[in-house]
Amino acid sequence: MMMRIVAPAVVVLALTTSWAHAQEVKVGVNLPYTGIGAEFAQLVDRGMELYLKLNADKVKPYKITLIKRDVKDPGGANAKIAVQELLTQDNVDILAGWIYSPNAIASAPIVSAGKKLAVIMNAGTAHITNMSPYYVRTSFSMWHAGYALGEASAKLLHAKTAVVGYTDFPPGKDSLAAFKKSFEATGGKVIDEIPMGGAGAVPDFTPFFQRAKDKKPDVFFVFVPAGDHAAAVVKTYAALGMRDAGIKLIGPGDITQDTKLQAMGAAAVGLITMHHYHADLDNPENKRFVEAWKKEYGATSTPDFMAVGGYDGMAAIVHVVQTLKGKIETEAALEALKGWKFASPRGPIMIDPVTRDIVMNEYLSEAVMKDGRVFQKTIGKIEAVKDACKEQKIGPCAPK
Amino acid sequence: MIFGVDVASMLLGGVAAGMVLFIVSVGLSVTMGLMGFVNLAHGGFAMLGGYAIALAMRHWGIGFVAALVFGFVVTAAVSAVLERLLYARLYGASELDQVLFTIGLVFMTIASVTLVIGPENQPLALPRILQGQVNLGFTHYRTYSIVLIVIGIVIVGGLWLAFERTRMGAQIRAAVDNRRMAESLGINIARLFTLTFAFGSGMAALGGGLGAEFLGLDPQYALKYLVYFLIVVAVGGLGRVTGVFYAALLIGVLDFVLKKYMPQGGTAFIYGLTILLLLWRPQGLFGAKSA
Repeated sequence: MMMRIVAPAVVVLALTTSWAHAQEVKVGVNLPYTGIGAEFAQLVDRGMELYLKLNADKVKPYKITLIKRDVKDPGGANAKIAVQELLTQDNVDILAGWIYSPNAIASAPIVSAGKKLAVIMNAGTAHITNMSPYYVRTSFSMWHAGYALGEASAKLLHAKTAVVGYTDFPPGKDSLAAFKKSFEATGGKVIDEIPMGGAGAVPDFTPFFQRAKDKKPDVFFVFVPAGDHAAAVVKTYAALGMRDAGIKLIGPGDITQDTKLQAMGAAAVGLITMHHYHADLDNPENKRFVEAWKKEYGATSTPDFMAVGGYDGMAAIVHVVQTLKGKIETEAALEALKGWKFASPRGPIMIDPVTRDIVMNEYLSEAVMKDGRVFQKTIGKIEAVKDACKEQKIGPCAPK
Repeated sequence: MIFGVDVASMLLGGVAAGMVLFIVSVGLSVTMGLMGFVNLAHGGFAMLGGYAIALAMRHWGIGFVAALVFGFVVTAAVSAVLERLLYARLYGASELDQVLFTIGLVFMTIASVTLVIGPENQPLALPRILQGQVNLGFTHYRTYSIVLIVIGIVIVGGLWLAFERTRMGAQIRAAVDNRRMAESLGINIARLFTLTFAFGSGMAALGGGLGAEFLGLDPQYALKYLVYFLIVVAVGGLGRVTGVFYAALLIGVLDFVLKKYMPQGGTAFIYGLTILLLLWRPQGLFGAKSA
């Protein structure tokens, strides 16, 4: 009971005292620094830090302080507590982070009550940005890749039938819905949908893939969360002889995450993905970004789409700090970001002024062997893709 | 014919998964039956063994079989030291103390591995000959699953012989059935337990390495598969090698079939079945009445 009385009081206090240290901008970062998401947190964190380091001159004379909180898991409850503490105890000016969709969904009411700009740097469930007017997303929506890939499968890969295997949590269902919608709209047919366990642990994919193989589809669309799931997917796909059976494995770029790709080796060759970023993209911003990353974090380390989410998210925050001259007022901050354009390592990006979600290119890539490493060859590009879920006002994406 | 192939692929997949469960769980069952000690850190030994095997292969370039032997020896040695230093102090303690101690050990293992080696999954590359598909005459199936089934059968055969036909095996069986009586007959239970504990942990290490293809290897391993190992032991009964074997096969096949035909149910079925089964036979399917 005490918290209910104290929390709003502290928020009010925080709002009235924020003018006192106008030169310092406090950014409250929530990421799963420990537990199963620790390696994702490291990627987003490094992306943010790298942007700050490379653009120190843009930040001056202001000071950006990152206050980092561990949200531990994808469960939502810990993230909600972390966000609440960042708002009420640390009096942050801007919120940032969110690897997992359930965490962003659980945090939404707190973000709305706290009335601070909240930059989502990864969580990709489409309707999240509708859940609070203060959410701005610099990562992606599941519909960006899923919808584009459904169309590309029918038109470019000439697939007639597809089986969808997905990890059973909000982004997985989203990815399934996105793919199905556009694949069936362009004449394809999804003949089976297989939920493949939760996001918390990598399952043994053999039974699910066996089922998919028995259905003999043209393409097998797989959504799994980035990270260790992908290696197991590729391994099982190869071990069950699905390639020889003529079934193409396709999916969003989570199955060819740069940080996992080289370890998959030859088994990854032939994978076809649709995504907004991979480290082999050929543009000057990306060349600079990858080079700086390797210099900072070691030659064997590589950025990936999560790192770019953090990098671009921090670029958005620095843009806000510059525009508002270090005095962060939430409404003005949101205005500064609506329609904001940036030359990202993933190509040109913009924040959609209506939905506060990102607008960006999607790249169709094929994994090939080149110079003894797995290389992602871009074989198609769709420019300025918006989140189709909100564009077409589907299900929970329709504004209330 | 299509139906037959379907059933065969399902059985092969399930049995292979069961073999991994068996190899990891057998040590847990024996040590639990022998000392009545609830060792929740058993999955941690499987994980350590898996890591030792994966890292030895990657950094020293040694072969898969040599790495398995290495993993077995290292894990058995580490567990023997831990048993003498830590576990031995808790044999007389209450079950709650034992559970708290071993679950604490699990969390320490997870944290240490994350800190020292990192949170990411450790790839374990199988030798080329074990990858891909093999022609079984009536169908093609994953080579490694077939190999695992063969290895599992060899292991269960070897263990059965060791249990039923050697002096040491007789001592273990005697100690499981009636510890006081065995002790009064002059069997050195403490030494027997250290040996069995080390051997069981070594087996877990083998399971960690052999099963990495299916279960992966990351710091959460110690916890996330623990439930499966415990289910196998509970269903199989304590201290029974053949019981654990049948239970592992049963759980492996059921889990595979349910996941394949009713993926919406996820893992819930297997938990539900376990609850029903233990209500019916609390001592496990294959356990003695007064375990």
